[in-house]
This record gives sequence, structure tokens and C-alpha cells, in this order.
Amino acid sequence: MSIWNPKIENITREKIEQLQLERLQATITRVYRSVPFYRESFDRMGITPEDIDSLSKLSRLPFTNRETLIKNYPYGMFAVPLREVVRLQCTSGPGGEPLVIGYTKNDINHWTEISARVLKAAGVDKEDVVQISLDYGLFGEGLGFHYGAELIGSSVIPGSDTDPLRQLLIMRDYRTTVLLSTPSFAQKLIAAVKEKMIPLASLQLKVGILSGEPLSEGLRSSIEEGLKLKILTSYSPAELPGPKVAAECKEARRLHIFEDQFIPEIIDPHTGEPLPPGREGELVLTTIAREAFPLIRYRTGDLTTISVDPCPCGRSLVSMQEVKGRTDNMIIVDGVSFFPAQIRQILAQIEGIEPHFRLIIDREGTRDVVNIMVEVSENIFFDEMKKLQLLKAKIEEKIHQELGIKVRVRLAEKESLSQLDSEKIVIDHRPK
Amino acid sequence: MLRIRNLKSYYGHLQALKGVSLHIEEGEIVTLIGANGAGKTTLLNSIAGIISSKEGQILLNGKDITHLPPPQIVKQGISLVPEGRQLFTPLSVMDNLLLGAYQRFNRKTKDQIHDDLERVFQIFPILKERKKQIAGTLSGGEQQMLAIARALMSKPKILLLDEPSMGLAPKIVTEIFHIIAELRERGTTIFLVEQNARAALRIADRGYVLETGRMVMEGYSEELLGNKEIERAYLGRGLLKVWE
Repeated sequence: MSIWNPKIENITREKIEQLQLERLQATITRVYRSVPFYRESFDRMGITPEDIDSLSKLSRLPFTNRETLIKNYPYGMFAVPLREVVRLQCTSGPGGEPLVIGYTKNDINHWTEISARVLKAAGVDKEDVVQISLDYGLFGEGLGFHYGAELIGSSVIPGSDTDPLRQLLIMRDYRTTVLLSTPSFAQKLIAAVKEKMIPLASLQLKVGILSGEPLSEGLRSSIEEGLKLKILTSYSPAELPGPKVAAECKEARRLHIFEDQFIPEIIDPHTGEPLPPGREGELVLTTIAREAFPLIRYRTGDLTTISVDPCPCGRSLVSMQEVKGRTDNMIIVDGVSFFPAQIRQILAQIEGIEPHFRLIIDREGTRDVVNIMVEVSENIFFDEMKKLQLLKAKIEEKIHQELGIKVRVRLAEKESLSQLDSEKIVIDHRPK
Repeated sequence: MLRIRNLKSYYGHLQALKGVSLHIEEGEIVTLIGANGAGKTTLLNSIAGIISSKEGQILLNGKDITHLPPPQIVKQGISLVPEGRQLFTPLSVMDNLLLGAYQRFNRKTKDQIHDDLERVFQIFPILKERKKQIAGTLSGGEQQMLAIARALMSKPKILLLDEPSMGLAPKIVTEIFHIIAELRERGTTIFLVEQNARAALRIADRGYVLETGRMVMEGYSEELLGNKEIERAYLGRGLLKVWE
């Protein structure tokens, strides 16, 4: 079985809950002592660390969000003095505000251990040649996996995220078996394969672990097709460098949450109330093994559901669904909520079009009207009216089926929408 | 094996433990480190039932033993080696050992107890040599060995050790720690409270750090040894030499 740490990954519910309670209580005691933001916010709510006498009491604690991190930049959220920090990784908030996260030696060791778990879950072992085509710089995604792969004992190629063609040749010549990259870098590799007419049979790739960007089902299968490998992914909040929160197992492609490091909660994004397993809501994370940069009830803004069902891979850790969207770009039309990412996923499954689109929402009388401009791929001719009509109807029906909203589709020329910034994908003309 | 959830203990109105949670798995050596007055001895005495004023839950293999009296807790398989040994100093070494088996002593267990004595003498040959000697005349190290041996006579599943190195010469401390490691090899689970944090972490699998009645850290021994704050507070350089 490909499990790196069976003691944790196959732990019983009773034992993980005991461990979580112990680590939560220690974390709370430490942040109350060392992080002014937490001491003040607990005091304001009249909560002392002693009040957290069970895991369910966690929901009484105040949230932390991105604004908190921005306000306390650079070192306000650190729970240890800077001299105990051995690494600083940088990232940014939603508006490009700088953020910095510190790690002690133990934090780095945990990160390494978690990376090994992520890799092992994808089937990576010491015989593998692992090419890390991820950024090694300020965000540190490459470094994290690098240490993890070395811990497993794989042969690691620190490719970084530059020069796809050169990396492709390395991949061929060094007989790379595992690729780590972003989805977009994988696409660049596919383009390089086509351009240089390198036969896929000359590559030994067996698995790719993608991170850093959203990965739709369509994109996943097109990369699997394009490089002839199995694609797996992992999850951590986009703005937080550091150990992954969850990793997909190769057996069932379920994102198992590392519950010895994080306590996950799902809350209603509007009321902040906790929701039971199986209900969709915003993912909230509490770190319980971090020394330098602990976070209590951090609102990720990511929408998902948590499942406690047993998994064929044997892991007893709970799993989360791939992130469906973000609380900050959720769209509500006539009482039905959906995300642009869901539209993208649906479009990716339809032949003849590209998953590039623009959503324009208007109000006509009391009804909301959604127009979607969708980019066609070049093999469709605009003079074939009937074919176009059928395609439009097919998209409209599929969206109605899956999301329960009625939309009007307009088709646009290839490459007319693909360059849009993500903020310009949705144009909402409705009066606020 | 042992699970403690949210234990709060009181001396009269004074709250010494403010919601402590910890667990010990079978076959582990787990150590508890902390400054004087943090509540380390209180925690051991609460587990052993000597302190009865408490809230929370202590489970031994799933069974709630929180409010059992000390003899019952010994019967369930938990034995305490108290701080300062607490031997019956006017009695002989042999009598001290037999008193350790007091609660299971009857006609049927006589042979078993004899076997257990032999087993204990294997671990502590010096005690066999001195079995007729008055306990109070033993050296400090021998007294500590006797205290551990006496606790073993109740055939515990978990041995609670309170400051076994206290007042002993460095060479003897090393010997005591070797014996503790050996006891684990023989199948006894150990919860060790120690001032000599570095030596304790060297033989322990995991550790907890207690500060004024609250746990502030839990982790594998190497993690705690690598933590700068713990190093500053509990792992003074002088203590390093004792073990190395």
C-alpha cells in the first residue's frame, strides 16, 4: 500500500480526536500567550484557553481571515521570536498585498513529512525519478516537494518552472517518472512535445502531481491524454505556502485531509455557523502542529464538502471534495448559487468549444438573465447555422441540467475570450 | 492505552491542572517536562488516584478510572514510583518488595510473587545482594532502584515515574535511565516526569510540556529537542553532560 505514515493515515477516529484535542489545546495556549491578535480577540469574546475543553468548542473561537493577515503584516501573527524562524516564504493577499509566513525547524520538518505523504499517496517511491517543475522561489512550492521527495529517497531533479523545452529533454533523457508542476506548465510541456514532435513513447512518465492552479476535470483529462500519465492533485489555500492540507490518493482520487496537522470545519459562508459532514460550505482550517505561524479558524474562502466515508485506499482521514469555487466569486441567480469554475467544468466536457467564457448577468423585470459568451474551437464554421444552433442548445441544456439555471449562450470566435483576466469573466449589471 | 481528556485538579480552591489532555500508547515511553510548580507531580498523583478532587476523564484501555481510589487503580495496572522514593525505610529490602505486591497477595499468588521477585532481581541484581539490608541504609541510587522494583511488584501495565533522577549522582542517573529503557524493552509502558528534560527526551518516544497547569506542546522527542523555546527553558547546557 502506498501510505507514507500508516500510524497517522490509518489512525482510528478515537485516536485522531484525542491527538487533535491535545494539539488544539496546546496551540490555543501558545497563541493566547504569544500572538496579540489572538489574545485580544479571545479576550473580547470572553474566552480563555481553558474553555476549549472539547473539539466541538473550537467553533466558539473567532475566525481568522486574509484581512487579519494583511493587517498584521509582516510579523504580527508570528508565535515565536524571529530568531527561531529558519525560513520565510512570501505570498500575497487578494489585492496583491504582501504576506510573509515563517517556519521553525520543526515546521520545515513537518512540511517535508507532509510532502512525502502527498507524493507517496500518488505512488511515488524511492525508485522514481522526480522532476520538480515548480517555482522554488518566494512561494516555495518546489522546495516543499523537493524535501519530501528526498525524504522518500527518490532521485530528484530540481527543474524549477522555466524553459519547458529544456525540461522536456531532461525528462526524456533522465527517464523522469514523476512530474510535479502547475497545470499551465504541463500544458506548455504538451505544446513542446507537439512542436518538437517528440514521441510520447520516449517518455517514462507515470504520474503527474499538479498544484498551484485550479484543475478542472476537462483540463485533468487533457493533460493525462497529452503526456500519457495519471494526474493527481493536492490542496492548500492559494495564499498560504507551506504543507499541503490534503492530497489525492491514487486509488480513489479523494483529497484526504492531514488531520494531525489541520482541523477542518465547514461553515455557512453567510452566517459562520458550522455545517455537518456532507454539506457544502466554506472550508475553515485550524493548524494544530505549527510553531511559527499558527492559524486559528482560518477562513480559506474555498467552497467544498467534507466526507467521512471510508475510502478504498485505506486511509481513515476524512476527505474533502475538490474546491468548487470561492466564497468571494459565488454568483446567485434567482436564488440558485453557482461558481464560474463550475461553468468552466461543464464547458470543458463539450466538444467543439474551448472552456473560455464570459458571464454577463442582467435583470429584466424581476428576473435575472444570464448570458454566456463561449469561445468555439477553430474546427467549427460559422456558416453552418444549424450546427451552431445545435451546439448552443446543447450548452444551454447541459448548464440547466447540472446547475439548475437557465442561460442564453452566444458563441464567440476562438481566442477572443481566452485572454480575459479572471475578474472580467463575470460582469454583473444587476442593481445592487 | 491511557487517555486523559481535559483533566482539572484542585488543591482546595487552588486549581493546579487547568484542562490537561494526553495519551500514552502501549509500549511507549512518554515524558512530561516542565518547570517546578507546573503541575507535573499533580498530574501523576491525579492519575494514581492520590488526588481525588478532579474533573475530566482518565481512561485506561477504554475504562473510566477517573474516580477510582488508589488501590483500585493499582489493581487496574497503574503503579506510581513517587517523588523522593517514599520507601518504608525501617523495613528490609525484601519487605519493601513484598509490600509492593500487597494488594494481590493471597495463597494462590504466592508462587507467582516468588517468580516476580526473581524477575525483579534479574533487573536489579544489587537488590538481591542486599535483600536483608534495611532500606534506609541503601545509597540514593539503590533506594531509587528499590522504589522502582517495589512498583514493579504490582505487575503494572503502566509505570508512572516521578523525578527518578532527583538527588542522584550523574553516573547513577545514567544507570537509572538505562534501566527505564530496559523496562520498556520488557513490555512496560512508561510515563516519566523529569526535571532532567534532555535525558528524559533521549529515551522517550514522545513528550509533553506542561506550563502552569496547561500543556503547551506535544510531539516526538526529536521535535521537542529541536524546539528552541524548550531548549532555552528546559534543556540547560549543564544537563547535557549528565547523559552524554
